[in-house]
Amino acid sequence: MSDMITIAFYLFAGLSIISGIFMIFTKNILYAAFALMFCFLSLAGIYVLLGADFVAITQLLVYVGGVLVLLIFGVMLTVRVEGKSLQTGSHLKWGGALIGILWIGILVQLILQVDWTAVMTDQPIEASVNSIGKLLLSKYVIVFELAGLLLLIGLVGAAYIAGAKIRTK
Amino acid sequence: MIHGEVSEFGIILLFLIGGIFFVAFGLLTARLIRPKRPNIEKLTTYESGEDPLGTAWSQFNTRFYIIALVFILFEVELVFLFPWATVYADQELMELTGGKWGMIALVEMVAFVIILALGLVYLWVKGFLNWERPMPTGKQYYSPIPKIAYSKFIKRRK
Amino acid sequence: MTFLFYLPLILVYAVFAIYAERKIAAFIQDRLGPMEVGRYGLLQTVADLLKLLQKEDIIPAAADRFMFRVAPFLIFVSIFVGFSVLPVSASMAGSGASTGLYFLLAFVSLDVLGMLFAGWGSNNKYALYGAMRSVAQIVSYEIPLSLSVLSVIVLSQSLDLQEISFQQSIWSDQKSYLLGISALGEVSSWGGFFTWNIIRLPILVPVFVIYFIASLAESNRAPFDLAEAESELIGGFHTEYSGFRWALIMLAEYGMMLLVSILAAILFLGSWNSPLPNIGTVKLAEWTNGSIGTWTSYAWGSFWLLSKAFLLIFVQMWVRWTYPRLRVDQLMNLCWKYLTPAALLLLLLSAVWVLSWV
Repeated sequence: MSDMITIAFYLFAGLSIISGIFMIFTKNILYAAFALMFCFLSLAGIYVLLGADFVAITQLLVYVGGVLVLLIFGVMLTVRVEGKSLQTGSHLKWGGALIGILWIGILVQLILQVDWTAVMTDQPIEASVNSIGKLLLSKYVIVFELAGLLLLIGLVGAAYIAGAKIRTK
Repeated sequence: MIHGEVSEFGIILLFLIGGIFFVAFGLLTARLIRPKRPNIEKLTTYESGEDPLGTAWSQFNTRFYIIALVFILFEVELVFLFPWATVYADQELMELTGGKWGMIALVEMVAFVIILALGLVYLWVKGFLNWERPMPTGKQYYSPIPKIAYSKFIKRRK
Repeated sequence: MTFLFYLPLILVYAVFAIYAERKIAAFIQDRLGPMEVGRYGLLQTVADLLKLLQKEDIIPAAADRFMFRVAPFLIFVSIFVGFSVLPVSASMAGSGASTGLYFLLAFVSLDVLGMLFAGWGSNNKYALYGAMRSVAQIVSYEIPLSLSVLSVIVLSQSLDLQEISFQQSIWSDQKSYLLGISALGEVSSWGGFFTWNIIRLPILVPVFVIYFIASLAESNRAPFDLAEAESELIGGFHTEYSGFRWALIMLAEYGMMLLVSILAAILFLGSWNSPLPNIGTVKLAEWTNGSIGTWTSYAWGSFWLLSKAFLLIFVQMWVRWTYPRLRVDQLMNLCWKYLTPAALLLLLLSAVWVLSWV
């Protein structure tokens, strides 16, 4: 069983890395969106393997079903040149690569230094939806209501900005 | 139990892989038995028999974007509502709090929902939810047959 | 287990559903429908299927070939995975993930992406407009759909569909009251339709109506089929598809109908439980449910679940041939100005109702 989980983990991890790389290097924006979908899906798979199924499904619901659609709509909204498939160029290739490699270097260095056995715990993970619900309504209730407020502000703001275009028409 | 939960998702993965295999298998069979004789006429984009002008890849209405935006914000609200609904009338917590838990959970959620409903009201009042209604345009059509003829005809059919 | 049940089921069901759809349409419009192939045209769909398999697969020269090919995979698989969490009978559950229902709602919404890719990949004006319309529609109606599902979860306190099914059975340890009013007495042992969610909590009747309307829109069925309005958009996002790829998209559409109908049966109409109640010593509910673990429960369970689902599918077809198509502005108005506020209100009301029992 745990072997299967390890295999599945490397599968999902590899998929997310490959799709991420593809997303960065493809010139067609729609292909990038497609790769991003695979990236999200495999990340959701990793969440499931970690026992966070609620987070995994939320990832699917909000990011794949929502944000990605919004992204594609946004892309279609901003097509400037008629009749060309959506293309983007990459800018500052070398600077970006340099920063990326540097960052990976720092990360690998740190990962090798930390004593992971001390950090890991063997605590059993309980069913996540219920515990999230309980915590949300008791311990984190203020945060929860503030999140609602934040969503409201986001909605109003976004509609206002997008609406400027409709009003001027 | 983490392992039990993960193996339940294994079944879902089985459906995923099985579905992909089914589609691939079907496409392969179709590929083996179907003819392949393309010509220019077949390969043009279908536009009701006209030659297509330009491509379809062009700019779209902003309203689609707003709909997607509103959808995401409501979706996030739903994400919060799902855990709430599963613990809302939780027996154990009800007994621990002497029946107050359900009331507390309800009030907290009503506050949350009302905050988001305000967003919907805002969009409604500002008219973001109104799609352009197609209005009849062009010349009025004058029928040579007087209107009274129709009503007579309808009367006779009854 | 359920994989071996649902994959053939979708195929066989699609064959008969398409036949049934044509016959029902013919009946409503006072025609005969398919009559040539086989007796009463019974083999018409089989013939159609064989034809589709042999048809040439045309990918337009202007299309984005990769997107065009990958879209049917996405559309079919996302719907098919939705079936993974559905139970079949008391002894045959799908995936028992404790977040099953939530997963279903999340994963099925993935087919939206498939439609967008199909529309974009076709590089056809009809296809792209159809795709945009159907995505906007599906995405909008997901809100009232999820809200109406939430009203059921408030009652069931669980996202596991098998557990929701058990709660509506005679084996349930949850208390059910007559018509949802605790003063009228307990009916948990009666079973039958008395313990169906929609009868246990009668406020779920309007919720069910909202669910049904939203599910019609989710599966792109008339009167919400503006995305593939034949008279204006040819076929919507699948205008350019032909042969087996087109068949897959059609299969996904019919699969979606089946999925939402089974889900409706599970959530509202007592899942795999028999509608017949125990009356005194006449234990109709126990006789017509079988006993768990034996073949009787498989047979009865799948029989009841599927007959409820097929009844709902019949209503879907009936609606399709009865009502005219909505306009885009009417569609959006209905969703955001009527269904969503109503579903929110009903959710709160059912929460209050459930609270009154405790």
